[in-house]
Amino acid sequence: MHAIIDYISSYLTSDKTPGAAGNMFWVLVYIMLVFAGLSVAVIAMNWLERKILAHMQVRLGPMRVGPHGLLQPIADAIKLLLKEDIMPAEADGFVFWMAPLIVVLAAFTVFVVVPFGPTHAITDMNIGILFMLGVSSLSVLGIVMAGWASNSHYPLMGALRSSAQMVSYEIAMGLAVVSVILVTSLHGSGLYGVGGAGAGDGTLSMIGIVRAQQEQGVWFIFKFFPLGLIAFFIFAVSMVAETNRAPFDLAEAESELTAGFHTEYSGFRWSLFFLAEYSAMIAVSSIAVTLWLGGWLRPFPNLLNGDTWDQAFSFIPGITFLFFAAICFYNAVRMPKHPLFRVQTIGLFGFGVVLGLIGLALFVPAVSIRVQDIFWFAAKVSGFMYVYIWFRGTFPRYRFDQLMQLGWKVLLPMGLGVLILTAIFGLWPSIQQLIQRLI
Amino acid sequence: MTPVATPFFFYLFAAIMLIGGILVITRKNPVHSALALIVALLAQASIYLMLYAPFVAGVQIILYAGGIMVLFLFVIMLVSIERSMKERQFNSQWVAGTVAAVALGGLFIAVYAKAEKIFPHHAIRITPDELLNTQGVASMLYGQYMFAFEIASLLLLVAIIGAVVMAKKRI
Repeated sequence: MHAIIDYISSYLTSDKTPGAAGNMFWVLVYIMLVFAGLSVAVIAMNWLERKILAHMQVRLGPMRVGPHGLLQPIADAIKLLLKEDIMPAEADGFVFWMAPLIVVLAAFTVFVVVPFGPTHAITDMNIGILFMLGVSSLSVLGIVMAGWASNSHYPLMGALRSSAQMVSYEIAMGLAVVSVILVTSLHGSGLYGVGGAGAGDGTLSMIGIVRAQQEQGVWFIFKFFPLGLIAFFIFAVSMVAETNRAPFDLAEAESELTAGFHTEYSGFRWSLFFLAEYSAMIAVSSIAVTLWLGGWLRPFPNLLNGDTWDQAFSFIPGITFLFFAAICFYNAVRMPKHPLFRVQTIGLFGFGVVLGLIGLALFVPAVSIRVQDIFWFAAKVSGFMYVYIWFRGTFPRYRFDQLMQLGWKVLLPMGLGVLILTAIFGLWPSIQQLIQRLI
Repeated sequence: MTPVATPFFFYLFAAIMLIGGILVITRKNPVHSALALIVALLAQASIYLMLYAPFVAGVQIILYAGGIMVLFLFVIMLVSIERSMKERQFNSQWVAGTVAAVALGGLFIAVYAKAEKIFPHHAIRITPDELLNTQGVASMLYGQYMFAFEIASLLLLVAIIGAVVMAKKRI
């Protein structure tokens, strides 16, 4: 018994990820935490998407289930679980059964290497970013399998479109990622700082990439301005295409293909596709945050440095949660005074109290110092999630030839150009020496 | 971290790979064959990981399982499955196939029997430091084997141009 407690507590003093420390107990704890957090995030995202889209279109959105429709995702989940699970008679049973599993596994497995903080990752791999790109590229297989196994026209068309789209945009995405990996090998600091003639080793590890940004004192979106920004733009466009979201949602274009590759799926299997889509969105957003937006680092680490600013920024997580709590209280007060709404009002008030208590707990220094990394990471990722919804609310859907043109004729050459220019910028001192020697 | 239960995982992945390979050639439905091939490729990636080559494993997953196999499936999906399911499996090259299989098997057995002689211990440079695998691959490709690497890229370029020339009626 004592040995077990020792084994569990031995990790608490280490400054490594549980995977690197080799502590199986904490690895399991982290896996469960990440899985639970992700599920909650998907549920919240479902509600937020419907609500924000509704407000963008001057509607109210879900209002019936719970205060302001807060319990709508749970009602939806129960509905999906209770629905009859239909498989088309002519479908290929095994492949039809496997497809949603592959998509979900691929979408969740990538979170093994996502760094929520310097120690808050399940593990750190030396091929972290390759692992993320590779495993998330496996989800195409699930989509292709789903479309083919349904043995129906619309799903097949959707799967064909989806696979062509994902394979083409993966290339542009990869080129943007390579230019960041190139930058991690330069050990100079600042916007245009380079590491001299002999630049050091780069890294593919997700934690290593964020540490490189910390060392160089600049988020890679600003490195070699505007090259980092262009690379980020390429990634941001291709990540929307990669997750089959609007305006690139041709694979499930409702007006043309009913629902694309998952037309024939229903009930729980369909909800697996839904879960995978949203967790894939979170996964690619966390790649973008890690590579360009400094991962878990707080904003303005150089401009506003020093202990006072560190202290000030450590209050922001608590203030954010208190702000959410205040919104809850405000809306609880504004609820209709009819007796029918009493339960909802009390529920919303209780939710506000819970959020407020979390906010107050975040003011305790011992808590905030451990959790603020996760907060900054989650805040950046939720910014991306909002942009996803914004895109869906504002952009019309692309035509397929326009999509291919954008991928192959615009983003790919742009990515190659950025890569070459980044290499030239990075090795500028040695190129200068070479030119001087030639002259 | 030190490796755990290496023989167990080796036999596990090798068995998965073999079963996948056998399924590829015995399934009548080409889509099932392609899926079995993906399983075999993923098992192969795990064996690369066991050989302290994480970079090769990652590239294997991205290129083969995520890229090339998707294109395979893309083509196979458009083939009429009903017709190919009814056809008898045929193999008109069985004499050449048998000869090639026997030669390859003999080669494997010979290498296995004379492993000590062909690959003496001092010739194998294993770097257990898998952290430097990516850098090691890079410095080899762009240092020692630069010429071969560039020739390979030229070959790929020729293949791409050939595909474009053949596919396009008017260029």
